[in-house]
Amino acid sequence: MTQTDPSDSQPRIRPTESIITPANRRDHFLARWGVHRGGHRVEPGLYALGNPTPSSPVFVTANYTLSFDTLRSSLNGHDGYILVLDTQGINVWCAAGKGSFGTDELVRRIEATRLHDVVSHRRLILPQLGAPGVAAHMVKQRSGFRVQYGPVRAADLPQYLEAGQSTDEMRRVRFGLRDRMTLIPVELVHVVLPTLLAAVVLYFVGGIWLSLAVLAAVLAGVVLFPILLPWLPSRDFSSKGFLLGGIVALPFALLSAWQQRDAAWWLTILAPLAILLPMPPLTAYLALNFTGSTTFTSRTGVRREIFRYVPIMAWLAGTGVVLAIALAIVRAVV
Amino acid sequence: MIRASELNTLQYDADLCIGCEMCVIVCPHGVFSMAGSGNGSRNAQVARLSRPDACMECGACQLNCPTEAIAVESGVGCAAAMIRSALTGQQDAACDMDVEQEQSCCG
Repeated sequence: MTQTDPSDSQPRIRPTESIITPANRRDHFLARWGVHRGGHRVEPGLYALGNPTPSSPVFVTANYTLSFDTLRSSLNGHDGYILVLDTQGINVWCAAGKGSFGTDELVRRIEATRLHDVVSHRRLILPQLGAPGVAAHMVKQRSGFRVQYGPVRAADLPQYLEAGQSTDEMRRVRFGLRDRMTLIPVELVHVVLPTLLAAVVLYFVGGIWLSLAVLAAVLAGVVLFPILLPWLPSRDFSSKGFLLGGIVALPFALLSAWQQRDAAWWLTILAPLAILLPMPPLTAYLALNFTGSTTFTSRTGVRREIFRYVPIMAWLAGTGVVLAIALAIVRAVV
Repeated sequence: MIRASELNTLQYDADLCIGCEMCVIVCPHGVFSMAGSGNGSRNAQVARLSRPDACMECGACQLNCPTEAIAVESGVGCAAAMIRSALTGQQDAACDMDVEQEQSCCG
């Protein structure tokens, strides 16, 4: 039973399969680069994967293409139903945090698809990361269906189905190098316009090296930082970012000092400072913003970090920019 | 309620635990584990805080605890969203980082 007669009052069950097509891959690539955000959607509702029977398991997911496709491709060789909730094209974990992948939507979708009539059992398998939005005991009370939380990663589903439960390892969220690198494209897309604008302005204010310095500071924040995150010493994101930004700024500062070696002594000191003051806080600010993409930062921790570091960042960057403008004026006059 | 850690707002009252294990199942950072209650109460096993500092305040345990033994001020640990909400004066600025399902989030 992959599709019901349209004349029947029973809502439609759409057929699907585990195969990821080239068109799917193209869609995933665009989603990773932040193209047409929120537009990578699957129609909410009930899907039949393979040839399910009334006793086949029901898997619940979000209507983000990457979520849906990861689930169905992980279930290769399994028959079952996939219940897609309307999360407005947002992934399971983020949608759960906002409540759109939540108890209300789940209960509503169970009723709309008449899941009671489709399957003979009363069990649902939800991704573990859907739990911040779903109260399992409330779903049971309101719909009769018992929520079972599966593993964090869809790839562990076959093993979960075999064992009937997740291992401790399957319950832990990870944030490995590959996961962090996956995020770099979308981080780049977020900063590309203001960065290019700043680089052009700085080219006219202070020349090619100042322009390249700001590019380096931004790339350190959105490319190097995610890669090096676990290996940078110190605990919080801002101080890690300051350190990385300082290391990246140093060659530019030294170059600037060398270029000014024949100038007045105060210029030899102030010119490198116009790079050393604003660059590290810029990298640190971008590093701090990466907290939202990680899998472990708490609201309390991030709030503490904002109050502690953002004033310092603003003060250093502000002083650096004033200094750079003053130097540009001095050079123009002299 | 016992404050679990200085680093977050997680609170837990072991006296209310009925040993259903939901908190152990839903936590992505292994904050809870099951242990013998040790007092011969109605449940042989109750949840115990084994890694309280690892809590990221996602709120999954609180929402799935049927006896309200857990409390946490849940929210996203996302600096971009928090700075934006501070600047615009909105209470709950929406997070625009709908990234990857399995590994990451807008926080």
